[in-house]
Amino acid sequence: MAAGMDSGPTRLIRLLQLGQTEKALRAQGMWQCVSCQTCSTRCPKSVDCAGIMDALRQLSFERGVTAPEQQRTVLFQKAFLNNIRRNGRLNELELIGEFKLTTFTRGRSVSFLLKDATLAPELMKRKKFHLVGEKARDRAVVARIFERCMDGSHL
Amino acid sequence: MNLAYYPGCALHGSSNDYEQSLRACLGSLDIQLKEIDDWICCGATAAHSLNQKLAVALPARNLALAETKGFHELLAPCPMCSMQLLKARKELMESEALRRSVSEIVELEVRGETKVLNLIQLFESIGLDKLKAAVKVPLSSLNAACYYGCLLTRPPEVVEFDDFEQPRSMEKIVEVLGGKTVDWNYRTECCGAGMTMASEQTVLDLSHKILTNAKQHGANCLVVACPMCHVNLDMKQPNIEQHYGVKHAMPIYYLSDVVGLALGFKPEALGVDRHFVCAGRSTEELGIRG
Repeated sequence: MAAGMDSGPTRLIRLLQLGQTEKALRAQGMWQCVSCQTCSTRCPKSVDCAGIMDALRQLSFERGVTAPEQQRTVLFQKAFLNNIRRNGRLNELELIGEFKLTTFTRGRSVSFLLKDATLAPELMKRKKFHLVGEKARDRAVVARIFERCMDGSHL
Repeated sequence: MNLAYYPGCALHGSSNDYEQSLRACLGSLDIQLKEIDDWICCGATAAHSLNQKLAVALPARNLALAETKGFHELLAPCPMCSMQLLKARKELMESEALRRSVSEIVELEVRGETKVLNLIQLFESIGLDKLKAAVKVPLSSLNAACYYGCLLTRPPEVVEFDDFEQPRSMEKIVEVLGGKTVDWNYRTECCGAGMTMASEQTVLDLSHKILTNAKQHGANCLVVACPMCHVNLDMKQPNIEQHYGVKHAMPIYYLSDVVGLALGFKPEALGVDRHFVCAGRSTEELGIRG
């Protein structure tokens, strides 16, 4: 994956070593990262580059230095965890709904909002899509697990 | 034999064709899957990206649920779930303090001893000889590109499975079924994984390269053991073809599909008719068996 990045893992790690955090946070590399773990696996110095990409994405998002299209990765992950917190298991329809709405409020892209809409009937035809998703029975314990792990912070 | 089973969200959602095919072929190999009661999501990429504690606690609760039922082995056919479970298990095994604090967080005692198997490992533990003996319809026309993707073999210190650069375990299974496999270059490259919604272009680019390379090396299908790989290579294949103006028409089978076909199941019994690509065409027509 590194081949398609403007700043690949080696360049990002070097920037961080040199204390150029701002420059690293504004790079595009970590937004192109797909968490495939290849860089961490092949690094001769055992640097967990993929883990560092996770951290860079979070920091960059929190400091508001990301463009709306890039924020989608983080917004998707947040919508994903919110969904698990509520249901215990992933409800795909709800996830897509929440993700599309939050990205729309930030980027106002109608084409992105409506993209994938044609997929729903195709999935339904194949019995791969359920309007009512599964839920865990003991959702209260899931909520408590989230509370303890989030330690007062918000998604 | 009874085996604890952690389906994960995908296999009970849009990848329910994967569950259909693995239940069918494992059933005929005398393995009954016992779903872990009230399992919860493993947290997937979202948890390990946003909250490290959740990335351990969510899988740990599932390991504890399996342990309280006395299971020592657990099948997790989704490599994302499997990797998350194994990562939590490794961390729990290494630290008693962590076991104590996580047990409190998840409200169950977690020992982290349950062995976690992916689907390839399960077939290996059944025994390739036994699998070979059960073959009713050898897949003599199959020329498969076995595709591992990322998380079956990475991170190697977590999953401890096969060779992370040159894996061969899936090829061995396909060959036992009477099929041929191709040597190709994209076996462990990423398909774009969970970026399908957030960054579709990434998925189209990566998956197009995978399909192109498989075809260049003479494959007549891809075999995968991951629900996300299947979504990106099968469901998104029409989008890839449209975007690049090419026709791949490459059927994508789950490993359990090809095992099931060799065991004599009809494609519909395995959910193959619910795939997006070449779903309506017979296996004979596609040159898979017979």
